[in-house]
Amino acid sequence: MSTVTHDPGPVGPDLVPPARPTSARRFGPGGRRPGTQVFNGFSHLFLLVWAIMVVYPLIWVVMSALKSDAEVIRQPLSLIPETLRWENFGRAWTEGQLGDFFLNTVLVLAGSVTLTMLLGSMAAYVLARYEFPGNRLIYYMFLSGLTLPIYLAAVPLFKGVFNTGVVFPPLGPNKHLMLILVYVAWSLAFTVFFMHSFFRTLPNAIAEAGLVDGASHTRLFFSVMLPMAKPGLISIGIFNVLGQWNQWYLPTLLMQSVDGEPKNQVIAQGLIDLSVNQGYKSDWSGLFAGVTMAMLPVLIVYLVFQRQVQSGLTAGVGK
Amino acid sequence: MRHGVARFVTGFLALPVALYLFYVIWPFAQAAGYSVTDWGGYSDRQQFVGLENYIRLFSDELIRKAFWHNVFFLVTVPLFTIALALFLAFLLNVGGREDRAGIRGVFGSGLYKVIFFFPQVLSLVVVAVMWQQIYRADELGLINGVLMKIGLVDPENPIAFTNDPEPFLGVPAVLWWLLLIAVWSGAGFYMVLFSAAMQSIPKDVFEAAILDGAGRFHTFFRVTLPLLRDTVSVAWIYLGFIALDMYALVFVMTPSQGGPNHASEIFASVLNFTAFQKGQFGYACAMGVALAIFTILLAAAQLRITRRERIEY
Repeated sequence: MSTVTHDPGPVGPDLVPPARPTSARRFGPGGRRPGTQVFNGFSHLFLLVWAIMVVYPLIWVVMSALKSDAEVIRQPLSLIPETLRWENFGRAWTEGQLGDFFLNTVLVLAGSVTLTMLLGSMAAYVLARYEFPGNRLIYYMFLSGLTLPIYLAAVPLFKGVFNTGVVFPPLGPNKHLMLILVYVAWSLAFTVFFMHSFFRTLPNAIAEAGLVDGASHTRLFFSVMLPMAKPGLISIGIFNVLGQWNQWYLPTLLMQSVDGEPKNQVIAQGLIDLSVNQGYKSDWSGLFAGVTMAMLPVLIVYLVFQRQVQSGLTAGVGK
Repeated sequence: MRHGVARFVTGFLALPVALYLFYVIWPFAQAAGYSVTDWGGYSDRQQFVGLENYIRLFSDELIRKAFWHNVFFLVTVPLFTIALALFLAFLLNVGGREDRAGIRGVFGSGLYKVIFFFPQVLSLVVVAVMWQQIYRADELGLINGVLMKIGLVDPENPIAFTNDPEPFLGVPAVLWWLLLIAVWSGAGFYMVLFSAAMQSIPKDVFEAAILDGAGRFHTFFRVTLPLLRDTVSVAWIYLGFIALDMYALVFVMTPSQGGPNHASEIFASVLNFTAFQKGQFGYACAMGVALAIFTILLAAAQLRITRRERIEY
């Protein structure tokens, strides 16, 4: 975890210490090895080529979103639209239903991310710091969810949700509350795993001092331990926001209309529908506008919080 | 006091465990149960058929195809992504000027890192829909359009990309095109990961190598790379999971979700096809259980192979 919080400043790491007399002596006063210039040029060239391969498609999508349909067909490759057609976005927002997708996504995520963080750290905290029979069993139960493929659970999960909906409609298919709870459940495995190792590292002395001072266990958690775990919470929070924003399989499976009412689609699911079912058959610029609108918020959030996002996402792997 | 702790523990665990049991564990358990029945999914009629579904798996032509496609991704996705990521990290960290202050990272390495990380924050769906437009099989597609303009591709005979079932190096071309997307979207993330790991190696290690007369290539291959072994093996395992989960790409990008002519079927697409199109839920569940066992065995094997004594510094 600590390995990824280094400053990714404009200049990379100094791989050798400041003074290096030996080498300087061997290669003359300039200290330059032969071939350095060539290698340096090659590095820049290759890095630049890859950077263009990453950025060019993104810019192409955004620019195509601002073209007219005729222009998309006439000049598909140009990066500069003849006139900027912002109305493509308006059309995608209303007719393409992107507005609805966004609203649904935001509604679901507001509930699911908050609940995931709360329930995940509560469970992780208890499992990490309290001894009781069944502790390991519950911990491994959570861990097992990390290896099992989601497709295996698809059919029974849909059936379970369907049956719940018969008894209690808000938890049936195509309901926001249901999707929130499903997201929370499926995010718990990694959240518990991650926060468990985090709570383990917190010092015992503070917890004991709190208890001696008469704090209840609940109060100790909310006003002492949780604030101390803030760096971990930020990392796993970013991980969950991105993961749930990008989730497409669960909504495709569960947000189906049962009685013919319109589907409450989230953004990733909606885009798949538009693209697979060719709902935009003749509306190329509209499809590009949809992709742009799904992509830009995440990219902007990333650019603003890039250090936290990079360390948050790599922390899970880099442990 | 003891009583208070018990109540506290139960109170904190009750809701998360209940949700997890209901929405995750219970469906898995049910799937395992259905896998020994001939349940069709729409009726309530189901009969116990024992291991018949599992035996059927071994003679199923489609499953065999999907299995080898999964193996293809399992080998190539980690291999190419890690190779490219290491190469980029190497250029970024070692490829700079060399002056009195030593070998520096290349100029602008911070900016490169930000840019290379872009695809990681994009949803797989956005990536897939975007590449669908890049891969279009006419002059509207980005790649075909450019190649036609410079005359490398005949407008009458464009590159078919994900519509191309013809084998290339023994593997349907469509799989290679999907692989390119996976590598494109993964390389930057692992580059940042490896870069961070490189920076956490203490400087005196490099100092010693330089004193012994090692150049930057030697330092990288003899010192840096061995010390990155842990990170690389973790990356390999993660990429293995990603490789098993290429379903989003197959779903959005290939004709009839696994086509053309089943050339890009993977476990997950066959499972969904069997369950929801053919209505053979029992059989689909058997596939899922087989996939789960396969995944767990694989994870265990990889952990075993890559485990080595940790180098502390």
